[in-house]
Amino acid sequence: MSTLPDIAPQPERLVWQEATVVAITASTPRVKVFRLKPADWHGFTAGQHVDIRLTAPDGYQAERSYSIGSAPDGSGTIELAIDLIDDGEVSPFFHEVVEVGDTIEMRGPIGGHFIWRAEEGGPLLLIAGGSGLVPLMSILRYRALAAPEIPTALICSFRHHADWIWRDELLRRAAEEPHFSLFATLSREPAPVEGARRGRIDGALLDAALASLPAPPKTTFICGANPFVAAASTFALDAGIPFASIKAERYGG
Amino acid sequence: MATRGFFGKRPTDEVGERLPPGQYLTDDFPVLSAGPTPRVALDGWRFTVKDGVRPVASWSWEAFNQLPKTKLTRDIHCVTKWSKFNTAWSGVTIDDILAEAGVAAPSEFTLAHSYDGYSTNVPTEDLINGKAMIATHFEGQPISPDHGGPARLLVPHLYFWKSAKWVNGLQFTSRDEAGFWELRGYHMRGDPWREQRFTGD
Ligand SMILES: Cc1cc2nc3c(=O)[nH]c(=O)nc-3n(C[C@H](O)[C@H](O)[C@H](O)COP(=O)(O)OP(=O)(O)OC[C@H]3O[C@@H](n4cnc5c(N)ncnc54)[C@H](O)[C@@H]3O)c2cc1C
Repeated sequence: MSTLPDIAPQPERLVWQEATVVAITASTPRVKVFRLKPADWHGFTAGQHVDIRLTAPDGYQAERSYSIGSAPDGSGTIELAIDLIDDGEVSPFFHEVVEVGDTIEMRGPIGGHFIWRAEEGGPLLLIAGGSGLVPLMSILRYRALAAPEIPTALICSFRHHADWIWRDELLRRAAEEPHFSLFATLSREPAPVEGARRGRIDGALLDAALASLPAPPKTTFICGANPFVAAASTFALDAGIPFASIKAERYGG
Repeated sequence: MATRGFFGKRPTDEVGERLPPGQYLTDDFPVLSAGPTPRVALDGWRFTVKDGVRPVASWSWEAFNQLPKTKLTRDIHCVTKWSKFNTAWSGVTIDDILAEAGVAAPSEFTLAHSYDGYSTNVPTEDLINGKAMIATHFEGQPISPDHGGPARLLVPHLYFWKSAKWVNGLQFTSRDEAGFWELRGYHMRGDPWREQRFTGD
């Protein structure tokens, strides 16, 4: 184990604070990754999110939630990956307006259920649709730092090859990390693609992921848009995964 | 602090007036829950009212549906920031449930319990005098399983996590006991107009 991840207790009170945008990278044509440095940050637990608040000159405000994608790693910064919703209010602002050096109001970390700590153990089954990968990526990255021996399978589904967030990192982890298996699927990609299957997530893909684990998952995390989470939880229950061991986070849509 | 370059997609004045701070209007009906949708069968369904640990009344699905029905049309507000206007529900008001159960003066605090193990605490005051119901129908149809069917608590004037899905009982407690989300940092009351999202708000 290298650095001890900075898992933090939930703050008593969540206070709005300014975070400075320190880096922006385009992960896919529709997803940008923002690295933020909050003014006062005491760490978080993998799986948590923050709330973002934007204020117009006349005082009008919009708030949205975004999961943290980076691992709790002691850097004092967090990474958000924001999917562009064309007719949206907040995500187009991030994509079109926000620049390095800007300050954004946020508070957090938030969430005490869709979280994972290394001492809870595994195996882990992670199931992500689209930007639902974000909090699962935090869990995956944190696990690699804190408990790489915990067997983990990730099923992730994107529409097209070009939508696959953190693709190179996931392929590298699957190749290098002996206890991690990746099951990527592309629901609308016409041509075969290295490292991914074609089609939607189904019972067979779930069975393959389960077969890659040495024992049934202790916890299953499912995250994505509502219809995705509904479908994935049905497959999980049908595969015999106990109801109480499944945690879901739904992004709307 | 104004955010550089943000002007927002302002709602019309009429809509804005009905939106609590930080909320936006949606026509969809997003599904939120901490786990999968539980599979609740009507023939085994029961709804129980408890005073502390003591059960005081209990109904099967059939018996519950004999109770007086009331319609409520209200705006609803989710802590994940969406609001939805004019949602139409029907079910049994908590007043009617208490009258049928013969519970005259329940304690100040209530815990709602659900089939999936979820619970949420609501001040009893927020449940009585026509403010809340156990809803069985949404927009004239039985509530779908994703939205909490066969029955859910409906407390429209509080954030929607208080409107427990797949509800199977109300328990009157002498102390304000935190439920599932309240134990995980959410507010004990949850008034959207005061933005009571998290502990300390
Ligand atoms: C706990 C939590 C964590 C989240 N984490 C992330 C994250 O890590 N990355 C991320 O990109 N988003 C995340 N979201 C979703 C995010 O909060 C916003 O909903 C999203 O960015 C859209 O906001 P907007 O203002 O651009 O669009 P809005 O103005 O809110 O909506 C515009 C239109 O798009 C629809 N819409 C809204 N959200 C979605 C969606 N997710 N998919 C499809 N259609 C949608 C609406 O119904 C509406 O018709 C998370 C949500 C929650 C509750």
